[in-house]
Amino acid sequence: MDLIYLSYVFFKIGLFGFGGGYAMISLIQHEVVDNYGWMTSQSFADILAISQMTPGPISINTATYVGYTVAGLSGSIIATLALCLPSILMMFFVIRFLFKHKDNKYIAYIFSGLKPAVAGLILAAALLLMNKENFSDVGLDNKNISIIICASTFMASLFWKVNPMILIAVSGVAGFLLF
Amino acid sequence: MFRIFLGIGAFTLGGGYAMLSMVEKAIVEKKKWVKEDEFWDMITVVQTIPGVFAINTALYVGYKIKGFRGAASAALGAALPSFLIILLVAIFFVQIKDNEIVERIFKGIRPCVVALILAPSIKMIQSAKLTWKTIFIPISAALLIWQCGVSPILIIIVAATGGLLWGMYRKWI
Repeated sequence: MDLIYLSYVFFKIGLFGFGGGYAMISLIQHEVVDNYGWMTSQSFADILAISQMTPGPISINTATYVGYTVAGLSGSIIATLALCLPSILMMFFVIRFLFKHKDNKYIAYIFSGLKPAVAGLILAAALLLMNKENFSDVGLDNKNISIIICASTFMASLFWKVNPMILIAVSGVAGFLLF
Repeated sequence: MFRIFLGIGAFTLGGGYAMLSMVEKAIVEKKKWVKEDEFWDMITVVQTIPGVFAINTALYVGYKIKGFRGAASAALGAALPSFLIILLVAIFFVQIKDNEIVERIFKGIRPCVVALILAPSIKMIQSAKLTWKTIFIPISAALLIWQCGVSPILIIIVAATGGLLWGMYRKWI
């Protein structure tokens, strides 16, 4: 039964995953954390961190990890395949009809609506992760270390474009020393 | 084809777009299978397809150059490294997760992950050149998902339909 749910969920994520890896985070989170409870928000943040530090797409990493934790090796294979299946179908069946004319204006219209919404999807993913599980010290003492880490890495990433891996490494060291 | 994408899948950190220059170097400059502008035309098409960008790129580039077998071997090559690495992580991370030192390190990393997702969303809102009239789209999408638990899939469907209808309406008047 788990395998059926896994393939259904990751097929859906692959089918509606417009706008790249970051946009898919909120889809995965909605299904895996909120709907099915396969993962806590905490382990979801952990797997996102691991994804940033290892090669490969975030969505494949999450599918493999969730699949393994839910149903072992077969789960990880099924989830990863299900995620890629819509792409394969799209490639071979839809693409021939859809892209006869490269500058299709209807596709441009669709993406004019999708693009701003995708930014909102990513924003929602970040907001959903801002909770007690991931900011464990907030409210316990007045040091608010996790808020300081979040704010400083946010600025370092947005304004100085520091490499995510460096930010994760520094935050890990900070966590080890300060918690 | 399998080996090219295996190498790319194993060594690209930082998401799908980081891998583009590596694919381009291998396919266009070294193997000369397609011309530069053909390659970027392919990428434009790939970007409009949902799903994993790296897999889509591998499938499409592989198919265009070597047909079905090319697509299959490219996609397999691109997916295999991350699949195997995460499988190992999943097997071992479960065992060390509750270790006190690992727990402290991840307590520091989790807020950083939040920041690393927040930053690109702000960047995208800036780059989408939104006006005061259209800024409501990302804001309301985020609020609906965050506060009302609306499915992101529904948001995608509504946004795509809305964009299509609005574009046709503007053309019509």
